[in-house]
Amino acid sequence: MSSRRDFLKATGGLVLASGGAWMASHAHGADAVMGPPELPEGMLSSSILEALPGKVPLIKKSWRPPNYETPISYFNEEFTPNNAFYVRYHLSNIPEVSAASWRLKIAGEAVATPLELTLDNLKNNYEQVEIAAVNQCSGNRRGMFVPHVPGVEWGLGAMGNAKWKGARLKDVLAKAGLNKEALEIVLDGADSGTFPATPDFVKSIPVWKAMDENTLIAWQMNGEALPHWNGFPARVVVPGWTGTYWMKHVTSINAVAKPFEGFWVKSAYRIPRGKFPVIDRFVSQETDANTPITEIVVNSLITNIVNGQKVTVGQPFEIKGIAWDGGYGIARVEVSTDGGLWWRAATLGQDYGRFAFRQWTFVANPTERGSITVMAKATNRAGATQTFELIANPAGYHHNVVQRVTLTVA
Amino acid sequence: MRTLLLVVALVLCAGVVIAAEQRVVLKEGPGRDKVEANCTQCHSLDYILGNSPFMTRQVWDAEVTKMIKAFGAPISESDAKEIAEYLTKNYGQP
Repeated sequence: MSSRRDFLKATGGLVLASGGAWMASHAHGADAVMGPPELPEGMLSSSILEALPGKVPLIKKSWRPPNYETPISYFNEEFTPNNAFYVRYHLSNIPEVSAASWRLKIAGEAVATPLELTLDNLKNNYEQVEIAAVNQCSGNRRGMFVPHVPGVEWGLGAMGNAKWKGARLKDVLAKAGLNKEALEIVLDGADSGTFPATPDFVKSIPVWKAMDENTLIAWQMNGEALPHWNGFPARVVVPGWTGTYWMKHVTSINAVAKPFEGFWVKSAYRIPRGKFPVIDRFVSQETDANTPITEIVVNSLITNIVNGQKVTVGQPFEIKGIAWDGGYGIARVEVSTDGGLWWRAATLGQDYGRFAFRQWTFVANPTERGSITVMAKATNRAGATQTFELIANPAGYHHNVVQRVTLTVA
Repeated sequence: MRTLLLVVALVLCAGVVIAAEQRVVLKEGPGRDKVEANCTQCHSLDYILGNSPFMTRQVWDAEVTKMIKAFGAPISESDAKEIAEYLTKNYGQP
């Protein structure tokens, strides 16, 4: 009979016993599950699969604040299940918000009539819209930077695709009488830091992005209430833009006439200007040197094969993956099975909208024994494609270097 | 086993709770106590493991300074120095 201590050791500390079973079904070993080999050694060796309440076992990056990554196998489906969706927090005080007592305040100098909404108001008083969109952490793949940069050393799974349903932010702002002075919309959630001096996690978006018909205050995710860890009872959904703007447990939305001064906009989540092929700008927050991160850069992921996997010579096999971008839509995905000499078009799967994961498949037929290196490269409808060389930046954002997966042909 | 079931039941009943933070045993060495006392005020120590072993003294210094200046961590100057030294020696590179 196993003791509690053995149990805790085996499951990495928390509840669900399914963790062990899940791991065993992955024949390619813990390394591939915990992330790509490029991650810092200390990150790989300290990662465990652990289930937060209501979640399946995810890759634990840090306990407090909680940061958990989605294992790559979940990306074989276009939509990421709520209980496998990644978790990312900056600050450690995360209250459990009750649906009944939750209130959302709409205020600021650039609205005529401040509002306070209940969850029922949000659901019943506004047109409800559902949009499929990728939420990707700005720092997804940071752990693969060469050289490494400090931060949460994410592998490939700080992202997910879901159907988000809620009211349009622009409708709510209109109800509050948004005026022409509005420059930025400031978003705050229920979480906070340990010390009063710790900057609260508050973000702003340009008013034009807030007024985009796709920007929502969502209370539903894949047909269910949002999991606590993904922002219950409501979060802001900013399709096309990185996850930093998708305020969880949103409690306050302020329309302001001047650039917001908070740490998380002024100092954090910034990229050097002119280095990335992005179109959306956040002009009121730009400096000569840098600018807030905005749209997600075009990217792809090979989801059904891992390094070192064996395939059989002369036997065709399917390579599967996903591609996504900042909302221009995926134009094509090309696959190479010879390390990048020749590229052929993959077959694109169902289109769930320009903000969603687009699945693709490709049939490879290895004709010689040895090894083959598989690569995939997505191009969006704006003509942007993935890079072969990392675009260095201090905070480790926008990693979309073409992946290489080497297989053994026997 | 009964204890285990009780633990599981309690956690499930509690609904949403923060994950139990496991104790990270850092390497023995001068300054470890300062790291444990100061850094854990805001975050778990696995942040250190995950960011190792690639950071130089300069980079660790910058991280500790960021915790104080940007995040408002009340860390004394002497503790900050010891922390950066410990982290460079045990979780960084020279």
